[in-house]
Parts: sequence; structure tokens; C-alpha cells
Amino acid sequence: MTAHDPRVAQRPNAPTTTYRYDEFDAAFVRERVAEFREQVRRRLSGALTEEEFRPFRLMNGLYLQLHAYMLRVAIPYGTLTARQMRRLADIADKWDKRYGHFTTRQNLQYNWPKLVDTPDILEALAEVEMHAIQTSGNCIRNVTADHFAGVARDEIEDPRPTAEFLRQWSSLHPEFSFLPRKFKIAVTGAAHDRAAIMVHDIGLRIVKNGAGEIGYQVVVGGGLGRSPFVGKIVGEFVPRADLLAYLEAIMRVYNRFGRRDNKYKARIKILVHEKGIDDIRAAVEAEFAQMDRSVFSHDPEEFQRIAAFFEPPPYEALPAESQKLRAHKLETPVFANFVDVNVSPHKIDGYAIVTVSLKPIGGVPGDATSEQMRVLADASERFGFGELRVSHEQNIILPHVKQDELFNLWRVLDAAGLATANAGLVSDIISCPGLDYCSLATARSIPIAQAISKRFSDMSRQRRIGKLGIKISGCINACGHHHVGAIGILGLEKKGQESYQITLGGDPTFSAAIGELLGPGVTADQVPDVIEHIVDFYLAERQEGEQFIDTWRRIGHTRFKGALRREGEDGADI
Amino acid sequence: MPAFKHPQILIASNLTDGEVLFLGPAGWERDHRRARVANNADEAAALEAFGKREIAANRVVDVYLADVEIGADGAPTPLHYREKMRVKGPSVRLDLGKQAAGEAR
Repeated sequence: MTAHDPRVAQRPNAPTTTYRYDEFDAAFVRERVAEFREQVRRRLSGALTEEEFRPFRLMNGLYLQLHAYMLRVAIPYGTLTARQMRRLADIADKWDKRYGHFTTRQNLQYNWPKLVDTPDILEALAEVEMHAIQTSGNCIRNVTADHFAGVARDEIEDPRPTAEFLRQWSSLHPEFSFLPRKFKIAVTGAAHDRAAIMVHDIGLRIVKNGAGEIGYQVVVGGGLGRSPFVGKIVGEFVPRADLLAYLEAIMRVYNRFGRRDNKYKARIKILVHEKGIDDIRAAVEAEFAQMDRSVFSHDPEEFQRIAAFFEPPPYEALPAESQKLRAHKLETPVFANFVDVNVSPHKIDGYAIVTVSLKPIGGVPGDATSEQMRVLADASERFGFGELRVSHEQNIILPHVKQDELFNLWRVLDAAGLATANAGLVSDIISCPGLDYCSLATARSIPIAQAISKRFSDMSRQRRIGKLGIKISGCINACGHHHVGAIGILGLEKKGQESYQITLGGDPTFSAAIGELLGPGVTADQVPDVIEHIVDFYLAERQEGEQFIDTWRRIGHTRFKGALRREGEDGADI
Repeated sequence: MPAFKHPQILIASNLTDGEVLFLGPAGWERDHRRARVANNADEAAALEAFGKREIAANRVVDVYLADVEIGADGAPTPLHYREKMRVKGPSVRLDLGKQAAGEAR
């Protein structure tokens, strides 16, 4: 794929801040839909067996799950236009069950599509410049990025041009279409990591060197799943001009030395762990030195052309503080709570970043009805230049809202059940679909999230507890990122029953850490009690200004473990 | 061949829409209560053989035997919680899946 051709007329009313397909992109996606339509026809006719067909459907994001097929739609670096969000809603209405599930890879999953309808769904996606390519299989998956990209105050550079560059480089890359295992890349350009780059196969952090030049700190070998690892720095400063060649070298080393004999040892994290980062770095640098880098030579014009798609929208010059906002907060305390919890500072004075929580108390984390999707699309046009983001925390971000308009936006969201003021709090739980939908799951995860959310339904209590990330996975594959939850919960099968292991101290940011196990598993019914004990102990022990993770680090895992043991009944079984 | 411990039924997914199906006396059923039950290893093997032919005929995918218990009404119910989920639908959305159509019990 190439960047948008400036000679091609821009779509009317298109947001100015997102990548747009050129004729080549559009033709490529259309051809891919036609190809899959033919593959489905051959499957239904019997010309293809399921064994032959499975790789084709997976390459197009179509899985077979517990109750039905599941289609995973790619949302590159989590950025959506209002038009695309409306189309996702229309697809949910026409071909699914009027809702969708936003995932920890910033994608969207439909849980009930029919195989026979999938080509039509993909065609409907292609019409709005979307697809489901490389959302499955042993290839480079959807490149994710900081969901505050381009608007965060702590940002060195918007990571989306880099992410788009990588998307184009990795799409259908012939060398990397049959890797030993799937491969995930995340990019951040900010001082605080909101993209969990340390637990990706490759994490990129945009940095400046002493001369003020932009480059990349390259982290490799992070990952969750059965064997979790925090990534290690392989390149301290890779100049932008060398980025593609450097990543190509990493991928070649992985392709050459990564294990293919055992799928549980095939991710690059295992290679890095077994060889050691120094050997990996030496191998990458040797490959980089000897390879023909001319084909990856950096074209600053091309990069700038892509970057131009992500230019800031036409902001107005506004005062840093909105008097309207101040007045509305005083008049309406529940709105003030929403602003305090779900609104983040914007790099432009007078604007704000709004996190729309998809975690209502007792709800299904990440689910949105088609009607809610339309409300969000409308709200993004009315209040924020028609752009939305999906966060890996399974929430929706409106990245450019005037502070003056926050109250009006809140009323719109509240009417649609989208104004839960819990971003980053104990009920803002990341959860995979678990055994309610997923054929790989060993236990349910959504009901656990719902039970915890209900237990902490008092919002003032949640605010007193402060930032606390609970993350739940329904199997060892860790789609719910439980390893990096301050409190992590893993659902397993134990003697024919669902059982839940709890970990503490996980951290998805630059100070990444894998959580430590609290003890043997507990039953589903016991989980909320155990979490409440942990939280109460934290509240009793915390010092001024501490978040949960700070207290846990200061006093240590053993104290938490010991405290739970002393609690008796519920804790004794941990 | 593993030892035969419990009565079994044959579960599959419909090729065209992915819906969970159960082999009944006269073909695939959407309701597990009408599933044909294998009461010994030979009957289970016969179910499996039928399943393989149905895969080859492009009617179903992902076919396997599941252990069940027989209720007082003579109807089979899966023993494992995973298959219990499959005969109903998502436990967090009672308005979806077989449970919504009243097919599950």
C-alpha cells in the first residue's frame, strides 16, 4: 500500500486527521474481498475442505467460536472516522446481533456473523476503507498505538504516521506472511506508555537524541500468553532513516531462528529469552550490516506525505481554562466527577481528550450496541472533528473536544448509557470474551468482571481507591492482559470447574512488570471477596499520593499475601 | 481408544452459519435434548464415523463427542461446563443463542 495520492480528490467531509486510501489501497482491498468471496463459494461447494479453507478464512479475520463464527475487523492504530463507526453499527444491525466488541488490540469483533454473509460484510467494510486482513494468522497483526496519539501533552511526536508506515510495510509482506507465530507491534511517542509497548513482540518508543533528532528506541521480545516476558531494548536509538531496515533485520532473525517445532515456544519472546538479548542484538546488527538496505531506504517525502494525513485539525484559539466548564462543574457534581475521571489534558489550550467508558457497572467490558456506536459517531462529528479512537483498554476516545462543549457532550453520552465516570478506576476492567464466546477459553471472564464491577458500584468509593487496573483473561493466552494488571485474574479449569488465579503487581507501562501469583486458584464466587480484601488492605496501608501499584511495590508482595491469609475464610483459600 | 466412561452425544458446528448442532435420530438437530445418545464405545464410534462423513459432505465442521448425563426425562445434558455453555449461549447475554429461542434448558 502507498500513502494517499494528493492528485486524487479528497473525500468530502473527511476528517483531516486520518489516513485515507488511495486508488491502489482501494483496489487491493476490493480484490481481496472478491478473492474471499470466491474462496467461500468454493468452500460451500465442497471444492475446498475445511482444512484447506481455514487458513483463508483466518487470513480474513474469520474464526469459528463456541456459538458461531466471529469476525475480527482491523482498526489500524485504533483510529476510526465517524463514517466508519456508523458502518460498523450498520453491519452489526444487518448481519450480526446489533452490537460489537472492542478488543485489547484496538479492533472490533462481531460474535455472530454467518460464513455465507462474510463476503458481503467485508465488502461493506471496504466501502469505508476498512478490512479484516491480518487480524489472525502467523503474520504481523494490526499495529497498535497510543490512543492519545497526536493530542497528548507528553508527546514527542504523533506515533500514527510511524504506525501507518509499518502497516504498509507489513501488509502482505511476502517474507512475513508465514512467520513461526503471530507478531504484534505497538508504537508510542509519549513520555508515558499508554500502548503497553514493553509487552509486544516489538515495541517502538519515539525518542530524541542529544542532537534533537527523532529516532526510535526498539524493544523486542515482550509478550504475555503462556510465558510472559517484558521486552528488552535491542536498539537504543535507531534513526528514522534506518527504521524499516532495522525492523526487517529483526524479522529476518526471527524468521531464521524462531522455533517452528513447538507453537508454545515459537514467539520471538522465547527466542530472545533463550538466546539472550546480546546475541539477538548481534544477529540483528549483522543482518542489518549485510542486507541490501536500498529497498528500505528512507524516503522523507513519503514519510511526510503520510504524516500529512495526521495533521492536527483546525483548532480554534481558546483560553486555557473554560469558564463554561468551571460553571457546569459547580452546578452538576456528577458531571464534575466525569470530568475529573474521564477527561485528560489536551496539548491545545481550551480542548480536552474524553475517554468514553465501555464499562458500565455490571456491563460487558468493550461491548457497544449499534445505537451506541451511532451516538459516538454523531458525537465525534458534533464535538470533535469526526474522529474516534479505540483504546487497548477497550474504551472509546474522543480526542478533540472543546472544554466549552464537555457538558453538552456529557449529556449526549449520559442519555446513551455512555457516561460511566470510571476511566482507569477499579471497574474499568479489561476482559477478554472468555468462555462466553471463545473456543480457546478455559473459563469465563466477563461474569467475573461484572461481579467485581457490581461489588465496587459505589463511584465515590472507586474514586477513593484511585487508579487500579484489573485485567482478566479466560485462558493462558492472556488476551485480557492479566499478567500486567495491577490485579490480574486468570481463568483456568481445575478438576472440571472454573478456577481463578490472582496476581498482583503487574504493570503495562515503561516500568513494565509481570504480576506475581497470590496463591492457588479460587472459585468464581470467591473472586469479588478476594479482590475486596486486597483493595481494603491497600487502602489501609497506602501513603499519601500512592496508587495501588506504588503501595504494592513499597510494602511488597509478601505483605499482601500474608494479609489475605490472616483474613480467614475467603482469603485462606487463595 | 480411551475408556468409555459416560454416555456421549455428537456435537458439531453448522458450516454455513457456525450454529452448534447435535446429531439426532434423523440428522442434525439444533436442540441437544433431541440428540442421539451413545451408550457404549461401539455406538460412540458409529457416531464419530457418521460425523466424519458429514464433514466430508460439507455440512458441518468441528465435530466431536461430548460426555453427557441422562436426566429423568431421558434427555441428555452435557457434563462439562464448556459444552453446557454451547447448548445455551453466552451466560452474560441470555437474550442470545439457543437460550433466547427457548431451545436450551
